[in-house]
Amino acid sequence: MNHSQPQGADYNYTVVRQFALTTVLWGIIGMSVGVLIAAQLIWPQLNFDTPWLTYSRLRPLHTNAVIFAFGTSALFATSYYIVQRTCQTKLFAPKIAAFTFWGWQAIILSAVITLPLGITSGKEYAELEWPIDIAITLVWVCYAVVFFGTIIKRTTSHIYVANWFFGAFIITVAVLHIVNSMAVPVSLWKSYSLYAGAVDAMVQWWYGHNAVGFLLTAGFLGMMYYFVPKQAGRPVYSYRLSIVHFWALIALYIWAGPHHLHYTALPDWTQSLGMVMSLILFAPSWGGMINGIMTLSGAWHKLRTDPVLRFLVVSLSFYGMSTFEGPMMAIKTVNALSHYTDWTVGHVHSGALGWVAMVSIGSLYHLIPVLYGHGRMYSSNLVNVHFWLATIGTVLYIVSMWISGVMQGLMWRAVNSDGTLTYSFVESIEASYPFYFVRFLGGCFFVTGMLIMAYNVFKTVKAPKESLPALAEA
Amino acid sequence: MDYGTIQGIITIVVMFTFIGIFAWAYSSRRKDQFDEAANLVFSEDELNKGSGEHK
Repeated sequence: MNHSQPQGADYNYTVVRQFALTTVLWGIIGMSVGVLIAAQLIWPQLNFDTPWLTYSRLRPLHTNAVIFAFGTSALFATSYYIVQRTCQTKLFAPKIAAFTFWGWQAIILSAVITLPLGITSGKEYAELEWPIDIAITLVWVCYAVVFFGTIIKRTTSHIYVANWFFGAFIITVAVLHIVNSMAVPVSLWKSYSLYAGAVDAMVQWWYGHNAVGFLLTAGFLGMMYYFVPKQAGRPVYSYRLSIVHFWALIALYIWAGPHHLHYTALPDWTQSLGMVMSLILFAPSWGGMINGIMTLSGAWHKLRTDPVLRFLVVSLSFYGMSTFEGPMMAIKTVNALSHYTDWTVGHVHSGALGWVAMVSIGSLYHLIPVLYGHGRMYSSNLVNVHFWLATIGTVLYIVSMWISGVMQGLMWRAVNSDGTLTYSFVESIEASYPFYFVRFLGGCFFVTGMLIMAYNVFKTVKAPKESLPALAEA
Repeated sequence: MDYGTIQGIITIVVMFTFIGIFAWAYSSRRKDQFDEAANLVFSEDELNKGSGEHK
């Protein structure tokens, strides 16, 4: 990190600052809603008999808020920052960039209003109704114009690998969103999917899994390829591996969707194809993880003193764990046990909290001091406290869901000697209550960490210039 | 040409594309170029303020 970087320099940081701060805000809101619905699963009366406080309406609000408000704001902030600095040029079309910020916030607000009202298209992670879908497309095209415009006017000869990942993320998300959101409107706030039956399911999970693959993976790998080398103070372990990583990852992810539809009406060969492609996907995923972690070789000692680097490296460890777990769960026989249980929920959060959130938080702790002309965050100790809260929270969450999920799977498939089911469904829910409480606790840890982050960010932003010099290198 | 043959051809094409990308990335002729690219993360500040201090 360059500690003498003056505020702003020649780069356009306004839009980066806006997105960076809203990332923290939406993170707190989205994760708090998650904690509330986790509590509702233990204490159902927490919906206060109010329709818009019911689990069914708040759950999509939670997923949309953490993926599209928290995660995507982090992607906007870091991609606008990285593309400028690695292309050594200012952002293309700053007015359009400003529009992407306000447009995206308007879309988030419309989600916050429509989802609790029960306005939904019923497609997971694509619940927003058609007028909002059109607005998303508009903002996304503007995002692509700013991003690729900046790459075109770059002053460097090479396009740094992080930008390749961001570019793939921007293009693919546009294609996924447009294809999956194709619908016939019947009124202003109601539409029906253009697809029917098994085709609709396949399109939905082609979208759904690639939202994971390109938004929650490729985009955040772009973040990783910039902030890990930067924070470790050494170039990426193997630039060549990063190129193979990129092409292998984007070529494979697109085929993995059918593993969400094992043992359904989807043709059997499609299920098997999805399973095999998901298994192969393990190779580029771990290639990327190893590339990130090995960047620290020779600099491991920095982990002892630098909590920001700790966030980044632990996020890669969680990434490695969940990209091992994912291919395993895609195997049909394993899926027969895991599908529809809490194991899936645990797997998602191992990726979402452990990888996506922690790599974003680590990146923000690097980014925010630079954006506001400081050498470091207001309090390094609080960054460290946040690190432990986030790690403990994530571990509590995923371990409780593993146990609960495997238990549910075993209970559901248990049969008596006469062929009748050993357990009723309600018995499996009752058995899950203790684990739901541990999950709730894990969520509380994670949100507490985010609140500490908000305080630390506030103090850093408000600190007088030059008052937060970088700590001397050990 | 039947469906199976087309699938077979596509598989071979994709395989050679991958080998091609791999060979391209790991060819020794591009080593310097990639080393330079990997350091883009650090050269960014120099252009702006001439303060190329790095760890």
